[in-house]
Amino acid sequence: MLQSTIGKGVNLGLRRALEDDSKVLIMGEDIGRLGGVFRVTDSLQKDFGEDRVIDTPLAESGIVGTAIGLAMRGYRPVCEIQFDGFVYPAFDQIVCQLAKMHNRSMGKIALPVVIRIPWGGGIGAVEHHSESPEAYFAHTAGLKVVACSNPNDAYWMIQQAIASDDPIIFFEPKRRYHEKGEISDDGELGGAFPLHKARVAREGTDCTVVAYGPMVRTCLDAATAAEADGRSLEVIDMRTLSPLDMEPVYDSVKRTGRLVIVHEAPSNVGLGAEIATRVMQECFYSLEAPVLRVTGYNTPYPQSRLEEEYLPDLDRVLDAVDRTFAY
Amino acid sequence: MVNGERARGTTKSGGTTRTAAKKPTPRKKATTDRSVANVADPAFVQLLTPDGERVEHPDYSVDFTDQEYRDLYRDLVIVRRLDTEGTTLQRQGQLGIWASLAGQEAAQIGSGRALAEQDMVFPTYREHGVLWTRDIDPIMPFGLFRGVDLGGWDAQKYRFQGYTIVIGAQTLHATGYAMGITKDGKVGTDDGEAVIAYFGDGAISQGDVNEAFIYAAAYDAPVVFFCQNNQYAISVPVHKQAKTPLFKRADGFGFPGVRVDGNDVLATYAVTKVAMDRARHGQGPGLIEAFTYRMGAHTTTDDPTRYRDKSEEEEWRLKDPVARMRGFLEKQQLADDDYFASIDAEAAEHALSLRERVLTLPEPKPSAIFDHVYPNGSPLLDAERAEFLAYQESFEGSGH
Ligand SMILES: Cc1ncc(C[n+]2csc(CCOP(=O)(O)OP(=O)(O)O)c2C)c(N)n1
Ligand SMILES: [Mg+2]
Repeated sequence: MLQSTIGKGVNLGLRRALEDDSKVLIMGEDIGRLGGVFRVTDSLQKDFGEDRVIDTPLAESGIVGTAIGLAMRGYRPVCEIQFDGFVYPAFDQIVCQLAKMHNRSMGKIALPVVIRIPWGGGIGAVEHHSESPEAYFAHTAGLKVVACSNPNDAYWMIQQAIASDDPIIFFEPKRRYHEKGEISDDGELGGAFPLHKARVAREGTDCTVVAYGPMVRTCLDAATAAEADGRSLEVIDMRTLSPLDMEPVYDSVKRTGRLVIVHEAPSNVGLGAEIATRVMQECFYSLEAPVLRVTGYNTPYPQSRLEEEYLPDLDRVLDAVDRTFAY
Repeated sequence: MVNGERARGTTKSGGTTRTAAKKPTPRKKATTDRSVANVADPAFVQLLTPDGERVEHPDYSVDFTDQEYRDLYRDLVIVRRLDTEGTTLQRQGQLGIWASLAGQEAAQIGSGRALAEQDMVFPTYREHGVLWTRDIDPIMPFGLFRGVDLGGWDAQKYRFQGYTIVIGAQTLHATGYAMGITKDGKVGTDDGEAVIAYFGDGAISQGDVNEAFIYAAAYDAPVVFFCQNNQYAISVPVHKQAKTPLFKRADGFGFPGVRVDGNDVLATYAVTKVAMDRARHGQGPGLIEAFTYRMGAHTTTDDPTRYRDKSEEEEWRLKDPVARMRGFLEKQQLADDDYFASIDAEAAEHALSLRERVLTLPEPKPSAIFDHVYPNGSPLLDAERAEFLAYQESFEGSGH
């Protein structure tokens, strides 16, 4: 057991992956000497050398495109995109190339590339530094998409993602990087909670609340507040956004009859829509109320002085929970 | 007044067959010297030494009146002082972030003052000095950095487009804008229009910037690419991403490139004037590499002690662009101590006024989130805005 943070959890996971497999490479802008703008790769270049922890030129299409080539050559690159809003120059390489290569090669090529993206809002940043683009990637067949929400997951999930032969978009909740928690770092990778499984983060009986990444903390806080009002919320951390692991959600909704889905990304054609549809199909007779979503608005991320209004918070989650009880 | 010609004779001045098939010369292996991108080159244009000594260059010169020289110095001092205020405001929690121009004053003032009124600027997030030369109230970008607005100024009125944070994107916009100028027939005369696109030594690695070069060359677009090589892209020194002096890239794209001492306001003025005049006369694009130094952190969130030595900063401090111009004025006896004191006082006044006004920038009203998403509106957003307002009202008086 180790007291740590989410940022440090990723760092330790990367370190262990570099130690365990000489084919693992880390690449991205400012990740070397600086240790990344969030210090997630702190000291890795010092300890593993410039050949394995690579400061790339300032070109995201280049980062992902060359990672693809390195993977074709037998390496396992882990790319860092400095901020969510800067992944788009690499969009072709991710969506057209990385995602489809296995299919296009009729199974002959696998690309074990991980793309880490510090993601989401809440840090008071200027434009393009607070985005939630997960739906673009979850919409793309051939990519897997995961999001960690606590230090232990950060540590294990990054290693599992690197060990996977699938291309994986790995979202890290940047505003939670400093959030503390325990890492159980003594086990083997094979014994860790599976990468593509959702998990009940808090058990409850009255209403199911589904979240992932930075919103898990918000929803756990909402559950604590709801408890004071005598209401028991079950919080599920989705962890894997593509493929979705719906069983724990079905299971929960069949017990609670109510579901609120929370994410920072806009609602329109977002993960919430997909989750709601599946629940509607699978749990129709259990539902006591329509499935509700609490999300960012369908606007560009606003100026920082308005981000608290934009982002789902405890009050908005509880308001939605109240509304499901009004039916 | 400026006269000058392109520094290197790689391109015909007539502009008809500028990219005519040149035999590809085999690429010489770059030396393994990691500082190769920094080596001095004969094309490095300098008119003022670090000591403020006026020197001549065969292709470029300036001919300013005494007052014009003093005005350039005044610009340099004021933009540095305003920039310091930006950093201070951020440190005091009054801005979310600030991107300092310290060290790059001469690159920005020289190039900015060389523009004609009708020219259009496409800046990055650091061009506060260029903004000043457009006679724009320096408070204009502070709403963006304070987080109360999104920038959103009237680019046509100021001939100065919005700050662009996504690295390199604006170089393509500049090129397209310049292509529009050509289509409108607004090139080929002294009052023709031209465009200047600012970007950094890191940005030049981006696909967008390289595509901008391709488009500008293909369409003879009246655009000047002004690369401020401040030696760093955040923590990454230029020699890690470039194995050739940046200005030489222009050659391969088929337009002239020149490297200028970016800490010499006279030289940056001279090369920019020539390149912009070429562009406005229909002779196509140009690349200027202003060789300079980012004296401070990348932004207020950065800590340069993690990746560079103090001694390097000290070395560059000897080439300070503001001190250099002061040295020139002193040597030429164009200004005395009273003058310098009066400029410092004026700069302090500007900074004070800026500070007061930044502190009272209006806070946005929450429903501004829904403003300006579509020119033609959206029923989805109309509904969302109404819901949002109702939700907000539900808190009124409820103790929240
Ligand atoms: C597409 C994109 N990728 C990454 C970033 C993050 N970032 C902001 S500034 C910067 C370095 C820019 O360096 P340079 O072009 O030399 O300009 P300078 O900041 O030195 O003026 C980086 C990587 C960004 N803004 N946009
Ligand atoms: Mg730079």
